[in-house]
Amino acid sequence: MNIYGIRAIYHFEMARTFRTLWESIVAPVLTTSLYFIVFGKAIGSRMGDIDNVSYGAFIIPGLVMLNLLNESISNASFGIYMPKWAGTIYELLSAPVSWFEVLIGYVGAAATKSVMLGLLILGTARIFVPYEIAHPVWMVAFLLLTAVTFSLFGFIIGLWADSFQKLQAVPLLIVTPLTFLGGAFYSIDMLPPLWQKITLFNPVVYLISGFRWSFYGIADVDVAVSIGMTFGFLMTCLIFVWWVFKTGYKIRH
Amino acid sequence: MKTATAAMTANSSTPIISVRGVNKTYAGGFQALKKIDLDIKRGEIFALLGPNGAGKTTLIGLICGIVKATSGTIIADGHDIMRDYRAARATIGLVPQELHTDAFESVWATVKFSRGLFGKAPDAAYLEKVLRDLSLWDKRNAKIMTLSGGMKRRVLIAKALAHEPTILFLDEPSAGVDVELRHDMWRMVRTLRAQGTTIILTTHYIEEAEDMADRIGVISKGELIVVEDKAVLMRKLGKKQLTLTLRRPMTGIPAGLSAWPLVLSDDGHVLVYSFDAQEEETGIAELLRTLAEHGIEFKDLRSRESSLEDIFVSLVHRPKGTQE
Repeated sequence: MNIYGIRAIYHFEMARTFRTLWESIVAPVLTTSLYFIVFGKAIGSRMGDIDNVSYGAFIIPGLVMLNLLNESISNASFGIYMPKWAGTIYELLSAPVSWFEVLIGYVGAAATKSVMLGLLILGTARIFVPYEIAHPVWMVAFLLLTAVTFSLFGFIIGLWADSFQKLQAVPLLIVTPLTFLGGAFYSIDMLPPLWQKITLFNPVVYLISGFRWSFYGIADVDVAVSIGMTFGFLMTCLIFVWWVFKTGYKIRH
Repeated sequence: MKTATAAMTANSSTPIISVRGVNKTYAGGFQALKKIDLDIKRGEIFALLGPNGAGKTTLIGLICGIVKATSGTIIADGHDIMRDYRAARATIGLVPQELHTDAFESVWATVKFSRGLFGKAPDAAYLEKVLRDLSLWDKRNAKIMTLSGGMKRRVLIAKALAHEPTILFLDEPSAGVDVELRHDMWRMVRTLRAQGTTIILTTHYIEEAEDMADRIGVISKGELIVVEDKAVLMRKLGKKQLTLTLRRPMTGIPAGLSAWPLVLSDDGHVLVYSFDAQEEETGIAELLRTLAEHGIEFKDLRSRESSLEDIFVSLVHRPKGTQE
C-alpha cells in the first residue's frame, strides 16, 4: 500500500478546498440559510406539522442531503477532472499508485469536505430551527455513507466528462431534480397514490428517508431498505470505477 | 562479499531498461510503434531522435505507464512494468514535453505532492536541494501560474526528481526555453549522470544530442532504425566534405575529373568533394594534384565533417531497407 501516495493526493485535494474556502463552504451555507428563511420561517410558519415535526425541522435532513449530494459529486468530479483537463494526470498515471489508492485519496478528500459542509449546515440550521437528533450514530453513518457513495459517483462523472459542461450536466440535470423530487421538502405520503409508487424508483428517496429517520424516527420507507439501497449504490459505483481503471477507459490510451 | 561484488558487476552490465517486441496500435488503428527492441545501459545518457510523430513520446509513455502497449514486455530496473508496476515506476522520473502544471499550486506544494505520490517519506532537506539546484528556491511559495515558461519547465524537472529516481526521462526538455536555462539544464543532466542516474532524452536540437549523449537511437515512423554509440554512429555514417573556392569560375567539370565525386555550384565558383570519413585514404592529395594538372586554381580550401543532424536527416529520409 502506498500510504504516502494516498496522503499526498488527500492533502493536495484538501489544500485545494481550503484555498477556495469562500466558494467551497460559504456559498452553500448561505444558500441553505435562504432555504430556511423562505421555507422554514416564511412558508413553514403557515404549514402544519408532518408526523408531529414542524415543517422547518422536517426539511433539515433533506436540505443537508441536497448539499451533501451536490457537494460530494462536484468535489470529486472536479478533483479528478482538473488533472485530466490540465494534463497533470500524466503524473498520476506514471506513479506507483493503484487505482484503489487513487480512489481513497480523491474520494476520501471529497467526502471529508462534504461531511464538513453537512455538519456546518446542520449547525447553521440550529440558528433558525430547533431540532434534536434521535439516532446520532446512525445520522453520522448515513452522512458518511452518502458522502462516500456520491463522491464515488462524482469521481466517475469526472472520469467520463470531457468538458466542463458535461461535468456540470449530471448534477444539474439529474441529481438536483432527483433530490427535489426525493422528498427533501415533503413526505411522500403527500403525493397522489400513483406518484407514491413512481417515486420509489428515485434512489434519493431512500437516502433522505433514512437520514430523516435518524433525526426524528420517522421514515417514508423502511430504514433497512434505505441502508441496503445506499450500500447497493456504493457497490455499483465501486465496481464501475474498478472496471474503468482495469480497462484504462478514458484515462490510459 | 565475493557474491555481492559479483552481483553488482552483473547488475551494472544488465540494461536498466529493456524493451522487447513492443507494439502499440491506438484505438483508431494508427500503429505508433512497430516491434521495438531497445536496451538502455545503466548510467548512460541516451538520446532518442526522430521527426514529429515518429513515436518518441509514445515509447516514453509506454515505459512510464501512461500508455498501454498492445504487445511486448518492458523491464525497468529489473521490474516488469506491468506485473511489478510499483517497483518499476518508483525508479522512474518523467519530465513531459508539454508544460502540464497545477497552475494554482505553489512550487513547494506541487513538488511535495510528487514526492509523496511516488511513495517517498517527506524530506524537506532533499526537496530544498532540488529546488536550489534548479534555481527555484526563491520561487518556492510562488503560484506556478505566475512563473515564466522556462521556470515552469524547471518545476516539472523538480517534480520528476522529487522522488530520487534512478531513471530520468526528459521529453523535449529544451522546447521553448532560453539559452541560459538550456545550459543550466544540461549542466544538471551531467551532474545527475555523474551521480548515477540514467537519462533518456528526446530533443529537436540535434547538436544537444551530439554534445550530451553517449548513445543515440533514431526512430522514424514507429520503427527504431538505428541504435548506436554516438561516436561510432558519427564515424560510421559520417561524411566529410572538402570545399574549394575557385579563383576563376568554371562552366562545368572538366572531363579529366569525371571520375571524382565532385559537385560544382551553380555560379561555378565552388567545387565540393565528398569522401568517406572512415576511409584511410581520403584522396585529397590526389585530387589537388589532378586539379593542378588541369590548371584549376583555388583561393580557399576547407573541410568539414557532417554533423549528427546530417546523419539524422539522411537516416530518416533513407529508403526503407537500406539502413546499415
